[in-house]
Amino acid sequence: MMPPLAFLGGVDPWILAFSFITVVVTIWMGFRSAKTSKTASDFFVAGRSVSVGWNASAISGEYLSAASFMGVAGMVMSSGYDALWYPVCYACGYLFLLLFIAGPLRRFGAYTIPDFAEGRFDSPLFRKIAVCFVLFIGFFYTMPQMKGAGVTLAYIFPGLPYWAGVVLVGAVITLNVALGGMKGITLVQAVQYWIKMFAICVPIFVLAAVYGFYGTHVGANTAPGEAPATIMEVARHPLPEKAPKDAPWVSPFGPLTTKAVNAAAAALPAGERGAYLAEYQRPYSLLYTYSLIIALVCGTAGLPHILVRFYTNPDGVAAKKTTMWVMILIGVFYVFPPVFGVIGRNLMPELYAGLGAKGTDKVVLELPTLLSQKYGVLGSILSGITCAGAFAAFMSTFSGLLVSMTGALAHDVYGRILRPKSSAEERLRAFKFAAVLIGGVAIALGSFVEALEINFMVGQAFAIAAASYFPLLFMSVWWRGMTMKGAATGMLTGGLCALGAATLTNLATLALDKGPMGQVFAGFKGLNGFFAAHPLLRILCEQPAIWTVPLAIGLMVIVSKATAASVPGDIRMKMLVLHAPEQLGLKREYIQEHSAGAGH
Amino acid sequence: MSTPPSPPDAVHSEEFLRTLMRRQLKLSVACAATFLAALLGLPLLNYFAPALMATRVAGFTLSWLILGVLFFPFVWIISWRFIKRSIALEDDEVKSVKR
Repeated sequence: MMPPLAFLGGVDPWILAFSFITVVVTIWMGFRSAKTSKTASDFFVAGRSVSVGWNASAISGEYLSAASFMGVAGMVMSSGYDALWYPVCYACGYLFLLLFIAGPLRRFGAYTIPDFAEGRFDSPLFRKIAVCFVLFIGFFYTMPQMKGAGVTLAYIFPGLPYWAGVVLVGAVITLNVALGGMKGITLVQAVQYWIKMFAICVPIFVLAAVYGFYGTHVGANTAPGEAPATIMEVARHPLPEKAPKDAPWVSPFGPLTTKAVNAAAAALPAGERGAYLAEYQRPYSLLYTYSLIIALVCGTAGLPHILVRFYTNPDGVAAKKTTMWVMILIGVFYVFPPVFGVIGRNLMPELYAGLGAKGTDKVVLELPTLLSQKYGVLGSILSGITCAGAFAAFMSTFSGLLVSMTGALAHDVYGRILRPKSSAEERLRAFKFAAVLIGGVAIALGSFVEALEINFMVGQAFAIAAASYFPLLFMSVWWRGMTMKGAATGMLTGGLCALGAATLTNLATLALDKGPMGQVFAGFKGLNGFFAAHPLLRILCEQPAIWTVPLAIGLMVIVSKATAASVPGDIRMKMLVLHAPEQLGLKREYIQEHSAGAGH
Repeated sequence: MSTPPSPPDAVHSEEFLRTLMRRQLKLSVACAATFLAALLGLPLLNYFAPALMATRVAGFTLSWLILGVLFFPFVWIISWRFIKRSIALEDDEVKSVKR
């Protein structure tokens, strides 16, 4: 039996102090702004009066999650080059959003994506389908945030079990959202971006100055027989057995994308392995890479908690400008996390042997403590700063997700479907209740996923968004022949296929876990045998975007053509509102016509 | 609150919507094509020219340098050009109607 508060033993006071300050400031800002936000409109989209600079910082703050802050570094460390696709596509995916969706979506004017879905197709039924996906994508996205919370707290308090961190952080953020709403969040998110940017780059500058730069550390990984790539040598620590070898780690088509084929080869008799690998390894690896790229690039353009922020821009031009600034802000950020992974591989390889919360996902938190050997307290301070950044990361993203999922439940399900005649007060109460409900479910789900990589789970949320919202938004903005039935069929089929595939993959991975989760999910062990026999299916489940996105778009086109008679009657006016500049005043005209037609 | 001046009927014509959407889509597609060529071309280069992409530049492999560092500014340039052109297009549309 552990004595009470035994987990406080071995806590570094600096790390604790920095983390505590971040949490307190975040909560204080939430409570303070809760006093100033009164109406439902304040809660949902901050009164639509946020400037480009603030909004871009806020979107970036909300977007840079535990996956970006901790997961990318952990995955680069564990998988090398292939993991670089994640940060690059996380940042560059915004280009698709900018080119095809941001401006028109803002012009259409609605609070949430379900609002858009209903308005574009005049169909309350479609709203319900769209709401489901806010929740599906949201829950997949909250799981890695919860893992980030569990890992960070287990790092700060070495004796604390993983689930306790998840419950603690989840409860604090849920309470904060229930009391503050999004008006508070805009300011908080913007500040959080700058905290994260500071927390990721300052420790890197110090570490690089002491131990050698990015290129030097990449250069330390050489193929057998290759001359050292740089003049400066890095004092590497020996790699443990479990770490990937240098050559596959530093080159494309490494451990991440070849995992399925390697597992299949391991199941073959030893004599056939070489020929099997030579034939399938690289082609399947290329397929994996493309599927990953599609998921991330299209998925960015379909994340509900990010899209809802574009409604806080005053007009379409501001929405486009905001997107460009977001790309710059997060692009600068994403250069840094891989550096942690690269340096971590050379100087802290013992993390390769860690399981779950003790594995490579915590490299960002722990790496700065190396400096303690040379400079004493500096290591603790920098590690405290990265912990503060990690808190900012999962707190801001979890709050943002919670707001958009709660908004979907309170605004769409309660306000539109269950009790359309409810008063503003009742709706506000529903918002708070929904926040607590969703927060609770997210905490429960988060407790199960210790064995999964943070970054990988976020990638799955992107894959679901890519097969559901992205086709919906892209097609309904640019193709007037789209009908409600077409949109619904495509989105449901594509999205559910991606959801199913992601779930299968996770069940198979959890069944292999050596901790308690392995026993909970032991029933799914058979899946791994199946995947070893069919590596191609494993890849298509692990990265489903390459088939689900074309499937969704294809179904949308086919079903819309078949039901062409049900294209909304005022489609031309709708398209004009989406695409014509605001100065033409079409928007107001449209609303007048619409409310006159509806008779209220 | 004063009601805005009703835009001329030209705005509601099929012709106007068609040109409006086509011009903006053309710009978007051109930018997207540049982006996709680089994004989808890089894995192909890795696949068919592995020796070239493994060339060391200041410690990085060429492929790592492109993906991990150079890709970001490349995308900023595309988005900056898109914003400038797209805002110019919109001003143009407003002018052509108001005239």
